[in-house]
Amino acid sequence: MTRHRWRNLVNEVMFGLTAACALAAVCLLFWILGFLLWNGGKSLNLAFFTHLPKPPGEIGGGMANAIVGSLQIVLIASLIGIPIGFLGGIYLAEFGSGPFPFFVRYTADLLNGVPSIVMGLFAYAIVVRPMHQFSALAGGVALSVILIPTTIRTTEQFLRAVPQTLREGALALGANKWKTIATVVVPAAVRGVATGMILGVARIAGESAPLLFTSFGNDYWSRSLNQPTSALPLMIYKYAISPYADWHRQAWAAGLVLLAVMLLLNISARLVLSPGAPRN
Amino acid sequence: MEGTADLLEPGLHESSKPAFLSRLRSGDEAAHLITLIFAASILLIAAWLVFELFDSSVEARHKFGWAFFFTSKWNPVSGQFGALPFIYGTVVTSAVALLLSVPLGVGAAIFLSELAPPRISDALTFIIELLAAVPSVIYGVVAMFALVPLLRDPIQPFLNRTLGFLPIFQGPSYGVGFLAAGLILAIMVVPFIISISRESLLAVPNEQREGALAVGATRWESTWQVVVPYARLGIIGSIFLALARALGETMAVTMVIGNTPHILTSLFATGYTIPAVIANEFTEATEDIHLSALVELGLVLFLLTIVINGLARLMVLATTRRGTTQS
Repeated sequence: MTRHRWRNLVNEVMFGLTAACALAAVCLLFWILGFLLWNGGKSLNLAFFTHLPKPPGEIGGGMANAIVGSLQIVLIASLIGIPIGFLGGIYLAEFGSGPFPFFVRYTADLLNGVPSIVMGLFAYAIVVRPMHQFSALAGGVALSVILIPTTIRTTEQFLRAVPQTLREGALALGANKWKTIATVVVPAAVRGVATGMILGVARIAGESAPLLFTSFGNDYWSRSLNQPTSALPLMIYKYAISPYADWHRQAWAAGLVLLAVMLLLNISARLVLSPGAPRN
Repeated sequence: MEGTADLLEPGLHESSKPAFLSRLRSGDEAAHLITLIFAASILLIAAWLVFELFDSSVEARHKFGWAFFFTSKWNPVSGQFGALPFIYGTVVTSAVALLLSVPLGVGAAIFLSELAPPRISDALTFIIELLAAVPSVIYGVVAMFALVPLLRDPIQPFLNRTLGFLPIFQGPSYGVGFLAAGLILAIMVVPFIISISRESLLAVPNEQREGALAVGATRWESTWQVVVPYARLGIIGSIFLALARALGETMAVTMVIGNTPHILTSLFATGYTIPAVIANEFTEATEDIHLSALVELGLVLFLLTIVINGLARLMVLATTRRGTTQS
């Protein structure tokens, strides 16, 4: 074989291998989706959405309380995390200059990479321990600490993408800086900012590790935000590691529901809200 | 906390009070101040997080000192706490995850940035990024019910027959263990490697490729000897980010590693990781020293991921100066 042909062969084989890698990565999603559709689809029924869990060993029941609990916890986290992240992001994009914003930005990026279970330990220390009670509130605080850094960074990123000429136009018409931001810059970036927020909320909605010792879980309706509260990811974990076949079945169904919500939020946020927006 | 106070002060000092108030009334300074406070709150949260982790682990740190990291006896009943088995398990599972995911991820990134037509590349990248959004408990479920049975029956016995002379492929196959945890971690971190490596590769100027091709390189030679080295910092950064994620991943690992604090060479053996032991024992811990030891493990995890992420961010920043990581 001549050297030339050998080099061409290497070229083709190596690029073939890289294509196989990409294909394998793409197949992973379909494998997971297929597994959950096949196993979870068979066990999904109306009772899953409307009934409370049954005691161990009894067949049937649902996860209505976990669905509501997840919504409560995510709502609390959003109420804390989104305003802080949004306003902080405005600061970074519009007011920040010098070393201080760099420091904030870097801290946000580092917090973003901190394992979520550590945020659970944090929320345990600042909410559960003083209140002597596992609660939806503590779960919400744990998740908000995960939400703040992502919101701050995506808000900043999308505000920065607004052309400078828009700001100059508003200022030239005599608007204040804050009026410029409130009436021109933020509306221009609102789709992107909303996308970032939806993706952030979708991410925390799937978290289970930080909820283990903050919201803890509950087999019944929790009567207030001060009580242990169940969440869908927690139920999936609890049911999957249990020895009961019927609980496994329900864990798959819950997994399917959770995955469907995740994919729906992600796809709609990326495709519908901001086509062509910079990814995060 | 102190940092933010210091940074707030110069602004207050440099203007005399009446001038400052009149500017506040105009709205701009107020908006500046309010958003600054919210931005600064993230520093406060970070400082508070570090403080709580140190404060809640003080008992264990004083009692065990550095020996905590070098002793392997973990027995809450007799009050012995040595973190070595968890550190070992975390390192082994992360190493397995990186060994599998780095070639796969970098290979896929090369395909997506160098060979695939832009539309196909974007579509595939979109699907791969959806993988990054799948909650870890779902990876855990898939690993428990789809991966572990596969490992138990055809894969581990096969590895044992063919590569059984290596100590890492010996022993009975339970399915659960280091290998299962490493595999599911590999699947979980691959999207991050692909997405960031692809971005770094796309940031390589086209002149680099054209120059290599012009002197007679094949496309692969240009890619492997010119483009990849040019983007290496970004690629290494993506690997570091993946490592940080693998170290801190909790649910999926807890579900398939077996949760036994042993140090065994075989990948078929069961083990334990730092996040897994926190997840399993924190709510059941009754003794203060037990809680304290678990928080110390959390502190170790925190510091480890901060260092790795810090390095990774700097490296990614250095290669993709444009785009999302710009500062």
